[in-house]
Amino acid sequence: MRFVDEYRREEDAQAFVRAIRARVTRPWTLMEICGGQTHTLLRSGIDRMLPPEITLVHGPGCPVCVTPLTQIDRALAIARRPGVIFTSFGDMLRVPGSTTNLLSVKAQGGDVRMVYSPLDAVRLAEQNPGRQVVFFAVGFETTAPANAMAVKRAKQLGLPNFSILTSHVLVPPAIEAILSSPQNRVQAFLLAGHVCAVMGTSEYGPLAARYRLPMVVTGFEPLDLLQGIHMAVCALEEGRFGVENQYTRTVTAEGNRPAQAVLAEIFEPCDRAWRGIGVIPKSGYRLRPAYAAFDATARFDVADITADEPKECIAGEILQGLKKPSGCAAFGTRCTPEHPLGAPMVSSEGACAAYYLYARAV
Amino acid sequence: MRGPCEFKVSAKDTAGDPGAALLAASCPVPGGEGETILLAHGGGGRMTQRLIENVFLKSFDNPALRELHDGAVFEAGGARLAFSTDSFVISPLFFPGGDIGSLAVHGTVNDLAMCGAQPLALSAGLILEEGLLLSDLSRIVASMQAAAAGAGVPIVTGDTKVVDRGKGDGVFINVSGVGLVAPGIVISPKRARPGDVVLVSGEIAVHGIAIMSLREGLRFETTLASDTAALNGLVAVLLGALGEKVHVLRDPTRGGVASTLHEIATQAGVGIRLEETRLPIGEEVRGACEILGLDPLYVANEGKCLVIVARDAADEALALLKAHPLGRSAAAIGEVLAEPRGTVLLKSRIGGQRIVDLLTGEQLPRIC
Repeated sequence: MRFVDEYRREEDAQAFVRAIRARVTRPWTLMEICGGQTHTLLRSGIDRMLPPEITLVHGPGCPVCVTPLTQIDRALAIARRPGVIFTSFGDMLRVPGSTTNLLSVKAQGGDVRMVYSPLDAVRLAEQNPGRQVVFFAVGFETTAPANAMAVKRAKQLGLPNFSILTSHVLVPPAIEAILSSPQNRVQAFLLAGHVCAVMGTSEYGPLAARYRLPMVVTGFEPLDLLQGIHMAVCALEEGRFGVENQYTRTVTAEGNRPAQAVLAEIFEPCDRAWRGIGVIPKSGYRLRPAYAAFDATARFDVADITADEPKECIAGEILQGLKKPSGCAAFGTRCTPEHPLGAPMVSSEGACAAYYLYARAV
Repeated sequence: MRGPCEFKVSAKDTAGDPGAALLAASCPVPGGEGETILLAHGGGGRMTQRLIENVFLKSFDNPALRELHDGAVFEAGGARLAFSTDSFVISPLFFPGGDIGSLAVHGTVNDLAMCGAQPLALSAGLILEEGLLLSDLSRIVASMQAAAAGAGVPIVTGDTKVVDRGKGDGVFINVSGVGLVAPGIVISPKRARPGDVVLVSGEIAVHGIAIMSLREGLRFETTLASDTAALNGLVAVLLGALGEKVHVLRDPTRGGVASTLHEIATQAGVGIRLEETRLPIGEEVRGACEILGLDPLYVANEGKCLVIVARDAADEALALLKAHPLGRSAAAIGEVLAEPRGTVLLKSRIGGQRIVDLLTGEQLPRIC
C-alpha cells in the first residue's frame, strides 16, 4: 500500500537501527510524547531492537489517559440523564470512572453512542430536536479543531440541544511541567507529529532553548520513529539542542493556519487538571464566553462533581515518564484491560495497554 | 472467539445503530453483585471466554464440551458424529456478498467441517419479529436453501416463533447440524504440535470490514463483499489427501485470526509464531484498517479457515488450498513452537517481535 509500505521496510529499519547503534556512546533517555507513537514502538518491536543505551519513556500524549477522573464522572452523570444522547469517540467508552464506565451506563439503559466525528454528534442534535446531545470533547491540539468546528456549526444552525463536555489539553505546557520537575530524566523529546501539523513548531523552540535539549518532530510509522530516534541521538551525542523536523512530509513551521483560526475563535487557554499529575497552568482549552452556551458542564450543572484518583494507579508517574508500566506493582495483576485501575490500561493509546498487549513477559 | 461447541457467544452485529456493535468492547468495572451482560461478552475476546468458563462450562461440564471446539464430536452406534449450533443476530439482514440466511447456514456447515466432519443434516430455528416483510423472509429462506444446496446438506427440520414488534431485530436464526467424522480423522485444537505449519485459506478480515463499511456514520466507498462460503468441500479435499496429517481446523470468525490462534495455543500448550509480511490482506482491507486504527488480525472472517498441518505435509496442503476456488489466496503464515506456551508471537514487518494477545472485547476505532 502506497504511503504505508515505504515506512515499514525491514531493510530500511535495520539500517536505522545500525546507524543508531553506531552513533550511541552512552545512556540516553528519550520520551515520545504521543501515545500513538508508543503503540507503534511496541507493536513493531522497536523498543527491543534498539541498543541498550537508549531508554524510551512514554509521554502524556494519550488524551484518554490524561482526562481526570472528575471529568469522567461528570460524563457518566450526564450520560445517565433521561433525554440525553451522550456521544464520544470509541476509546473513551471503556475508561473507568469512580464506579462505572460509559459502556456500563449504556448497558443500564443510558443512550451512549460512539461517533467517528464530532460533526456526527451535531447531526444527531439536528435529527433529535427533543433530546439533548452531548459530545465528550477530549483530545490534544490534533482533535481540538474538529471539535471547535462542531461548536461553530451548532451555533450556525442555532441548535439549542447541542453541547460539549470539554477536556482539551495542550502539549507545550505538559512538556514544561515534565522538564521543570526535579525528578525529570528526559534528555530528548520526540514531538507528536500530528499536533505539530496543526500548531506548527514555533512553540517548541523557546522550550528547547530554555532546557537545552533536542526535540524532534516525529511521525507515527516505524521508520518515522527510528529516524526520529536517530536524529535525537545524533543531537544528544553532539551536544546540540533545538527543534528538528523528521516529519517534513506533514509538518511545516507555521502549521495549519485555518485550524489555528477556528481554535482561537472558539476556545481560550485555561488551567486544566491532568490525571495523576494535577493542574497545569494554561494547559487546556475552554469555550470562549461567546460560545459558553454550548458548555455541557454548566448546562447539566455537574461542576460540583469531583473525584479522587485511585491511589494504587500510578498513571501520573507513567504519563510523566518517571516510571514504565512494567515498573508498576499492579501491572498485569490487579490492573488489566478487563479490570483497569486507570485509563492508560484501556486506552488504545495508553502506555500500559501497549505493554500489556504487545510486550508483556510471557 | 469460538466457545465450547454449543456456546459460541456473539454480540449482536449491527450496522443500523451508529457504532453500536463496536461499542461492544468493554472493560467492565469489577462486577459481582448486580453485574450485567454487556455487548463485550459477545465480542469474542477475554470477556466471552470468561462467560463460557464461569457460566456455561461450570454448569454443563462434560468431556465433549470440554474440548472447546467449534462443535462436539462423540461416538454413537459405532460412528463418530459431530454436532454444532450457531445463532445469528445481525443487522443489516442483507449485505454485499450475502445475508443472514446464507451466513447462518455457512456458519454451522463450517463449524462441522472444522471438526473434520462431512455435514449430514441441518435444522433451522427462526425467531421472527412482528412486522417483518414476508418478502424479506422469503428472500432469506431462499438464500438458506441455496446455501444448503451449495454445501450439499439438506435442512431437515425447523421451528418458527414470532415475537412482538421491538423485541427482535427482524429475524434471528439458529442453525444446528450433525455431521459424520471419517475413520482416522482426528481434528482438535489440542493436536497443534511444535514444528507444525499454520496456513490460512485466503485473505483475512474481509467480512468484518465489508460489514463495517455499511455502518451508520462510517460509510465508506468500497467494492468489498463478504466472503461467506461453505468450507466443507475444501476441507474434504484436504482431509482426503492428507488425513491425520491435518491436526487443527478452525474458522476464525469473531475475534479474527489472532483470537482463534490464541485459543489454539492455549489449548494445545504451545506457542505460535506468525510473520506479518506473510499474512494475506487485501489492499482495500488494509486501507480501511489503517484509517480506522484496527488490526486486521482481530477482524472477523467468514468463509476462511486456519489449517495447522504437520510440517512434511505443509507444501502439499498449501498447493491443495490454492487449487481450490475458495483457497486461491491461501498462505503459510506461521509455525507452531514448543515455547512460549499459550502465546502467539508476531514477527513485525520491520523485523521486530511482539506478542499477539487476546482482546478484552472488540476493537474500537481510535480518537486520533
